[in-house]
Amino acid sequence: MVHVSATPVLALRGVSKRFGAVQALTDVELEVHAGEVVALVGDNGAGKSTLVKTIAGVHPIDEGSIEWEGKTVTINKPHDAQNLGIATVYQDLALCDNIDVVGNLYLGREIRKRGVLDEVEMERRSRELLDTLSIRIPSVRIPIASLSGGQRQVVAIARSMLGEPKLVILDEPTAALGVEQTAQVLDLVERLRERGHAVILISHNMADVKAVADKVAVLRLGRNNGVFEVKSTSQEEIISAITGATDNAVTRRAARTNGEIKK
Amino acid sequence: MSTEKTTTPAEDHVVENPEAAAAAVPVVDPRLLVREQGFAGYVTEFKRKMKSGDLGSIPVVIGLLVIWAIFTGLNSNFLTAGNFSDMSVAMVGTGMIAVGIVFVLLLGEIDLSVGSVSGVAGATFAVLSVTNGMNEWLAFVLAILTGTVAGAIHGFFFAKVGVPAFAVTLAGLLFWNGFMLQILGDNGTINLDSEGVVAKLTSYYFSDVAAAYGLAIVVTAAYFLTAFFDNRRREAAGVPSRPLNEIIVRTVLLAVLAFVVAIVFNQYKGLPLAVVIFLAVLLVTDFVLRRTAYGRKVFALGGSVEASRRAGINVAAVRISVFAIAGTFAALGGLFIASKIASANQGAGGGDLLMNAIAAAVIGGTSLFGGRGRTWNALLGVMVIVSIQYGLALEGIASPVQYMITGGVLLATVVIDAVTRKTQKTAGRA
Repeated sequence: MVHVSATPVLALRGVSKRFGAVQALTDVELEVHAGEVVALVGDNGAGKSTLVKTIAGVHPIDEGSIEWEGKTVTINKPHDAQNLGIATVYQDLALCDNIDVVGNLYLGREIRKRGVLDEVEMERRSRELLDTLSIRIPSVRIPIASLSGGQRQVVAIARSMLGEPKLVILDEPTAALGVEQTAQVLDLVERLRERGHAVILISHNMADVKAVADKVAVLRLGRNNGVFEVKSTSQEEIISAITGATDNAVTRRAARTNGEIKK
Repeated sequence: MSTEKTTTPAEDHVVENPEAAAAAVPVVDPRLLVREQGFAGYVTEFKRKMKSGDLGSIPVVIGLLVIWAIFTGLNSNFLTAGNFSDMSVAMVGTGMIAVGIVFVLLLGEIDLSVGSVSGVAGATFAVLSVTNGMNEWLAFVLAILTGTVAGAIHGFFFAKVGVPAFAVTLAGLLFWNGFMLQILGDNGTINLDSEGVVAKLTSYYFSDVAAAYGLAIVVTAAYFLTAFFDNRRREAAGVPSRPLNEIIVRTVLLAVLAFVVAIVFNQYKGLPLAVVIFLAVLLVTDFVLRRTAYGRKVFALGGSVEASRRAGINVAAVRISVFAIAGTFAALGGLFIASKIASANQGAGGGDLLMNAIAAAVIGGTSLFGGRGRTWNALLGVMVIVSIQYGLALEGIASPVQYMITGGVLLATVVIDAVTRKTQKTAGRA
């Protein structure tokens, strides 16, 4: 177990969010410590994305409070979140296909020297960054279009690391990836933890969650439905927390398959 | 693409001890195709680029040479110093407009109003300076600002209101043409002072032979020094750099080209002022697009609007500025065209001007799909178009055939653009 700090980097206390008549989040609690990977799981519509968006500043919260390193803060716009040190990697990576890796890493925060882009410095720092994260890509000077899905994902994550964030939120980073590339991304998540970043990982994939997460926070219908230590919890327990019952589609299916085998 | 022609410091070790080097330099992916050293490296690199559809300016340069060869074969007057010099001056007006079009195409948009806007600029200058007796320089600046404002208005409707650029600028095409006819008034044609500022734009030549040679020397030296010192910095920072012999080869090629052009100009009236201004504009715009944060934003918008927005780029501001730039260059081009005929008349900005300007940008290699292109493309493209016009005119072939041939060339170019894009997609480069 990696060392975990006493005060959580981020703590949500009784957070609620409404969209018109829909109560998207009700009294949600969440704590993330430095050097800890918290997986956020839940069925479609459970409120995972809404929760992440409140942290990232896309949707301000209606009730409750957000604590950052022990102090209560307000996050009303994406900029507030960035200034605190929260970086979010959304599912659609938002990279420019026609621009090379260096250009994408520094897009919107180019290093300038007397008003002119300092390509040499940006390239040097990009290589450094990719090296420290042990990211392997063919060259930092090829357009994003030439990279595979997994490589794009790690570039997008590396991009979020440039601002030295304390908390990184990854929205389904392995959703569209193959076996090898998923492993690469999971390796990267582990390295983020080793470097002392707090990580919130949204995933539907239980194997990924079991592989890298320290804790699993389950959301169900906009409410907390348990926080589990990954090491001491079985996959079935997590799934029943997600679906809200021990008797659910997953268990029924499992029972049915077992039954068929017995016959 | 120049970035591909780089070598890493690791390559030298690879020859001696491949395993140790691979372990020491984890960034070099074994799947990466690294160019071999020496001449053979260039050949394999070239073949690989052709296969993957990374053609760059090659088709248009070959096309230009073929066109010149054909017209020289048909009429020996085609490749004389006088004809070459005249073509160089004639292409500047359309070329300037095409530079603005390159900016808009980089966003993946289109500006159909540039022809009309260029007409407005010429008419504005003529009305202010000739009819109202305003100071010529002031009128010149105001005429160009008319284009900037017109472009910014198009940009506003596109970026803020959300009307497709095609529709906004189509409305602009009609509106500004009407505006020009309105300010020209009943008499229709206003002749410009043949010794005035605008007339001089295309009629002034630096007749001293030293001017053309001097410019050639300055350009070559500046290229070598920037490439050399850039490389020194890259080496110092430990990032891949070009070998020195490659810089020397490129400098020599540039020097040969620059001096051949200088000699040709000097055989006729000397170095044309219009060409100097055009080259300066190309240098500055290329620098802005590829070396400044603003240029990076333009390319980013051409690649992905959503990514740009998330990166904190003010999308609307960049879009409005790009259309303002297109309007500005349209106005500048309009003044060069007015200069060539020494008058502002009702036909200005009409005819095939708009199509030629867009064709020039596209023929030069700017992608219609956004995010790919350089302003130098405008130079190559407009050379092709003007060469065809002059070559056919020398043969006494009338404009209907000219239109058909230019149309055919444009079609061939967009086909090349679409096909290379497909090849690039399969080769993972688009």
